[in-house]
Amino acid sequence: MDATPIIEVIDLVKQYPGRTALDRLNFVVGPGEVVGFLGPNGAGKSTTMRILSGFLPATRGTARVAGYDVFHEAEEVRRRIGYMPENNPLHLDMRVREYLKFRARLKGLGWRRRRQRIDAVLNQCGLTEVQNRIIGQLSKGFRQRVGLADAFVHEPDLIILDEPTIGLDPHQIRAVRALIKELGRKHTVFLSTHILSEVEMTCSRVIIIHQGRILAADTTDNLERQLALDGQVIAEVAASAESVAEAFRDFPDLEALDVTVIDDDFVRAAFTPRNGHDLRALIYDQVVQRGWKLRELTRSRHSLEDIFVHLTKNRKEER
Amino acid sequence: MTVFFALVRRELGGVFKSWVGYVVMAVVLWQLGWSLLNLISRLSGTSVTVPLPQLFYQSLYFWMILLTTAPLITMRSFASERASGTYEALMTTPVGDVQVVLAKFTGSLLFYLLTWLPLLGVLAVLREVTQEPAFLEPNSTGGAFLGILLIGALYLAMGCFASALTRSQMVAAILSFMLGLGLWGLSLSSAGDRPALGPWGPVLDHISVIRQMTDFAAGVIDSRHLVFLIGGTFFFLFLTTRVVESRRWK
Repeated sequence: MDATPIIEVIDLVKQYPGRTALDRLNFVVGPGEVVGFLGPNGAGKSTTMRILSGFLPATRGTARVAGYDVFHEAEEVRRRIGYMPENNPLHLDMRVREYLKFRARLKGLGWRRRRQRIDAVLNQCGLTEVQNRIIGQLSKGFRQRVGLADAFVHEPDLIILDEPTIGLDPHQIRAVRALIKELGRKHTVFLSTHILSEVEMTCSRVIIIHQGRILAADTTDNLERQLALDGQVIAEVAASAESVAEAFRDFPDLEALDVTVIDDDFVRAAFTPRNGHDLRALIYDQVVQRGWKLRELTRSRHSLEDIFVHLTKNRKEER
Repeated sequence: MTVFFALVRRELGGVFKSWVGYVVMAVVLWQLGWSLLNLISRLSGTSVTVPLPQLFYQSLYFWMILLTTAPLITMRSFASERASGTYEALMTTPVGDVQVVLAKFTGSLLFYLLTWLPLLGVLAVLREVTQEPAFLEPNSTGGAFLGILLIGALYLAMGCFASALTRSQMVAAILSFMLGLGLWGLSLSSAGDRPALGPWGPVLDHISVIRQMTDFAAGVIDSRHLVFLIGGTFFFLFLTTRVVESRRWK
């Protein structure tokens, strides 16, 4: 990837009186990526986004969007971003189309392109039907779509979304996520959330932030792999506990084996591997060789939730 | 320029789509009506020596309109956007701070002028009732409207400044009312021309908006008044811009 990164954050520090909101943040987002910015409430997500959008200054450090410094070249940066702030503030007294027209004008779109783009985003966000309704009378899901439509009406290089699905019902969340996914095909998207499954569903990469520091930054798969070191395998076989223990005694990749009887015929065996090896094939072979019945064979996958808990727990223990 | 007009339009739209716009217009009409009644009742029976238009522009009713409408019109401008968060959405578009301040001020000024239009009707009625040609006479009416415009601009600029300082419309309104009342109070104290004022007498006289309005209403356009009012307006708009910018100060 030789293109300039869309977001480049170097040693970013933000201090509020008496508290450090961001503590030397470093990360890069490349063109075309959909990156999730994940952290509990108060971790510094919104602060980072406000700095990236040029709304707040940083105390120290550098942040660049498409190669432009967010503080010294704020106007260039603002031209290139579409930003949906936290809680999606809208002028509730305006009509949907009127609002988008107003916003497109502020963003410097000429009238021809304005009309064309507004029609396109209305269509893309499923707002064509409600384009003449007053925003204040729309449901929260629709309002969220209006905010999203505004964020990319001017086809920015970077779309920054601060908690885009907060406060929506499950149907609305699904619709908004689908929309974000679609946006990710053409734009670089940087979105914050404290919902882990959201990142898993929409993002190619995740940056985990906690108490103003980055705990991890990687693809969701890699993070899972990293933490799946002890990817335990559970097998339920029809055999006695002793024979199972005996059958797997000399396995080199097996760290520990724990067998419990669950009913008259079946036992449940939990295999903990050494060095993250996947034991499923071995276990299957062994079971087949001995002619046992097998009714379950699963490898526990760590969800992002586990990763998150794991990372933040470590952090707490350090302190 | 299209950005500026879009912002002005939004500002005016916001006024008309909220109750504030209509309340302000109602209050102005009500006060104009009262001032009309008051003047007529004062005229009946007793004879007055002061020129009638002067009597009108010096009345408390006239100043009440200025003192109450400017805070009500401007209290929304920045405070409501801050409270609702749309301020953040606005300030992250490629729009300059100065542009935002000027647009908000212009929107307020246009609405303010609109609320004063019924005054023409009041003047016509007064002229009809009193048979005094000084009412609605082109020079003095033009002068009066120029005075209303310039003094109003100063008061609105103070209002914008107050609104930029806070996210509460209530606080903005009170603050701007106090600023306006302060200036008017100083003007009142100079009106007596008391020797007790000492060296401050001429200064107070110079900044007296009551004195300025009386001059404007008489069709006298004094350049000192222009300098004070226009300068004051720009001073407060400058302060407003600084407040808006202060978000980016480290």
